[in-house]
Amino acid sequence: MNELPQQLANGLILGAMYGLIAIGYTMVYGIVQLINFAHGEIFMVGGFGALTVWLVLPEGFALGAAIPLMIVAGVIVSVAVATAAERFAYRPLRTAPRLAPLITAIGLSIVLQQAVWMWYPDAKKDQTFPQFEGGPIDILGANIQRGDLFVLIAAPLCMFALGLFVTKTRSGRGMQATAQDPDTAKLMGINTDRIIVMAFAIGAAFAAIAAVAYGLKNGQVGFRMGFLMGLKAFTAAVLGGIGNIYGAMLGGVVLGVAESLATGYIGDIPGMDLFGGGAWKDVWAFALLILVLLFRPQGLLGERVADRA
Amino acid sequence: MRQRSIIAITAALAAGSLTLTACGSRDEGGNSSNGDKTTVVIGVDAPLTGDLSALGLGIKNSADLAAKTANKKEYVKGVEFKIEALDDQAQPSVGQQNAQKFISNKDVLGVVGPLNSSVSQQMQKPFNDAGLTQVSPANTGTELTQGDGWKTGNSVRQFKTFFRTATTDEIQGAFAADYLYNQAKIKKVYLIDDQKTYGAGLAASFKTNFTKFGGQIVGSDHINPDDRDFNAVVAKIKKTGAEALYYGGEYPAAAPLSQQLKDSGQKIPLMGGDGIYSAEFPKLNKKAEGDLATSVGKPVEQLDSAKTFIKDYEAAGYEDDYEAYGGLTYDATWAIIEAVKLAVEGNDGKVPSDGRKAVLDAMAKVKFDGVTGTISFDEFGDTTNHTMTAYKVKNKAWAPEFSGEPKLG
Repeated sequence: MNELPQQLANGLILGAMYGLIAIGYTMVYGIVQLINFAHGEIFMVGGFGALTVWLVLPEGFALGAAIPLMIVAGVIVSVAVATAAERFAYRPLRTAPRLAPLITAIGLSIVLQQAVWMWYPDAKKDQTFPQFEGGPIDILGANIQRGDLFVLIAAPLCMFALGLFVTKTRSGRGMQATAQDPDTAKLMGINTDRIIVMAFAIGAAFAAIAAVAYGLKNGQVGFRMGFLMGLKAFTAAVLGGIGNIYGAMLGGVVLGVAESLATGYIGDIPGMDLFGGGAWKDVWAFALLILVLLFRPQGLLGERVADRA
Repeated sequence: MRQRSIIAITAALAAGSLTLTACGSRDEGGNSSNGDKTTVVIGVDAPLTGDLSALGLGIKNSADLAAKTANKKEYVKGVEFKIEALDDQAQPSVGQQNAQKFISNKDVLGVVGPLNSSVSQQMQKPFNDAGLTQVSPANTGTELTQGDGWKTGNSVRQFKTFFRTATTDEIQGAFAADYLYNQAKIKKVYLIDDQKTYGAGLAASFKTNFTKFGGQIVGSDHINPDDRDFNAVVAKIKKTGAEALYYGGEYPAAAPLSQQLKDSGQKIPLMGGDGIYSAEFPKLNKKAEGDLATSVGKPVEQLDSAKTFIKDYEAAGYEDDYEAYGGLTYDATWAIIEAVKLAVEGNDGKVPSDGRKAVLDAMAKVKFDGVTGTISFDEFGDTTNHTMTAYKVKNKAWAPEFSGEPKLG
């Protein structure tokens, strides 16, 4: 049996999830040039928010009907945490040297992890997340799990909505203006503080949707799940061109597919059997990142060359 | 900027984790006499935070229960036992710092822990230099006691202070291979490990023994234990025709691995060691039915000695479950208590001035009926109890299948 369609599908699903999280990195970076390293934890708390709804719903409630509620709850929790972080942790440091907010972000990431670990009931262990019953669906020779359909539908929808928002609405244009030049934008009457909060909130909402997808896919959420996913999503954002929202999604998909194919095939190349498989997939993914940055330092879709480096 | 910030982040992360560990200690100075009783502190080192904290908290509580039981019974006259638990976050470097803290506290006469073999590797030498007895309830890495020579039959004791109530990977891997080949009649196995000391050691031992029996390893791979998406690896197993997947690692990664394996349409069981023998495994994995695990000793629920332990544990009202290592931890702690008793009795009923040396000397003589069976230590510091049990997931819970000692292939 040919496993290529399966590996591509695996990579696409994983990549779509990376992409959704990467939006948060890229939007915040595009506007305030901050790498929000607590974003992985924003993703994590969204998963716990969604899980909480599922736990308070009565037994036997259909998962399909619960998902909209879970998304809403996840988004509310993530957005609340992200905007609070922006207001109390990042805003006071906006004029400080670049390293200060970066380290704040890392500290915040640890704080959020430990807070969930300590106060969410029983969160010291990974928590079971509901999953759809029923077997996989065969699409073009690849087995797609029912839970994975969620991210395959949600990711393009989210991208479409975001694209519309950024180009067609007043706030969206304000966002672009702030990204280009915050001071001039301010002079033109744009409330840049509001725009910045909005960037954090949109990123957080997307992360919460990704967290629901993660739960449906893997059947569990845990307080540490944000670390690795956050790191990968950050990589995806850089790969796609940090600051560019379509680049974030493209970077995510490229990264996911690269990981999947590296696991599946590199070991089959004669003489490379030691360098294939799950252990080396991250090495190949980062090798790809380096390669792309060598030839396109601004990332795949990045427009601005590193003007602030 | 990008590259530089990544370096900065790594550095800051490292610094962050270091600062966190520094908060964990409690310095208790002063003399330790408590009325007419002398306080003896038993250190406990386990991951109390992080994704292995469920196991770690079970270890901490079980050690605490042993100390409380000894105090209540006045098992050692004139001695009050106290537990001091430190969190190692399953990080070797943190474990080493904890070891130094225990060493500098003169009241600590023995240490129980840690959970991870990789952490233990960093703790053994400082304890050895300080002559402080360490009993691990969970380390199964064979080389911890017997050195790297064990594979070629040249076992040499590594550290005179290291003991364990858990059995070795060598025995566990052999038992798993024996069970799978001779009882479950499975001849082709795909092998995966998580590249940690425990997982890799167990997988290696399984491989050696399974091929000795005549079984075939049809492929192998490694995974990152922090990942939760293993679909790419799982897709590879399909074409090999494996009849089972053997995983060397722990349950947080094993649960999704097993589920994704079955989701991909492969109806083959996943088998692992005591690292996946946790009540969490079937909870996190909706398709765990038929999966296999091996663990040390007879099933705790079947032993009379263990029933008392379970009853006492429940009566003590701990928030967290005793988990996979509860019984072994109780026994490890009790071994130290027993050694303290021997030391005190050999010194006219007083804790000797060189308590650590006396306790260490007494360890070789320790023999008692514990929760998991008769506990004593051989010339390497390994437990003499080699009984293992294979468990299978039935109706969403682990059920014992078969107990015995492994035939070394």
